[in-house]
Amino acid sequence: MARAVRLRFYGRLREAAGGAERQVALPEHVQTADELVAWIAGGDGALGEALARPSVKVAAGETIIPRDADIRQAAEIAFLPPFSGG
Amino acid sequence: MTTPDILVLGAPFDPEEEARRLRRTGAGAVVTFTGQVRSDGDASLRLVLEHCPGLTEKEISAFAASACERWPLEALVIRHRVGDLFPGEAIVFVGAAAAHRRAAFEAADFVMDYLKSAAPFWKREIDGRGARWIEPRSEDRRDLARWRAHT
Repeated sequence: MARAVRLRFYGRLREAAGGAERQVALPEHVQTADELVAWIAGGDGALGEALARPSVKVAAGETIIPRDADIRQAAEIAFLPPFSGG
Repeated sequence: MTTPDILVLGAPFDPEEEARRLRRTGAGAVVTFTGQVRSDGDASLRLVLEHCPGLTEKEISAFAASACERWPLEALVIRHRVGDLFPGEAIVFVGAAAAHRRAAFEAADFVMDYLKSAAPFWKREIDGRGARWIEPRSEDRRDLARWRAHT
């Protein structure tokens, strides 16, 4: 069964995604951040490519997670481009 | 161990008031730093800072806690603006209070090097010619790396 997840995009990734957030229904086979990026790339190749860059960090809630982490319990996934610092 | 006092703020704050509060701790040494938006001679310039609410505060807290482990601080205060910022406005404040000056100077310097190069903010500069995303300068990254060289 598909599950509802909110995707959030920060900095220049918001421009690449055409908005700060997207509500998506993820199919069951999407279990890791890597698989999520591949799934996004299936619908939007340019955005998928931008999110796949190793410099982009992935966060579940308030925590940065590895790309191979299990995201099945996450209600919100954020994509963070390289930090500018303040 | 001292718990750092950290706020990410969407509206202007008063660095003088923060400094006064730190001095009232009665610590022997209080070092404060205020970073302001430069005008670079262009009155139309502004910065737009973005953060990831929750995550940004958490990452800064973890780093600030490492400063409190490394130096015997009596207080560590961090204020960081987000949103639209104009020349002359305070963008960041770091204040460290300790019994002696070395710890206060070094902790404030250490925290600023982190905030400038590795904290989760995204910064755009907007002027008459358009908008640009700003990345840390290589100098900012080197500044942070020098703390690792001595550990």
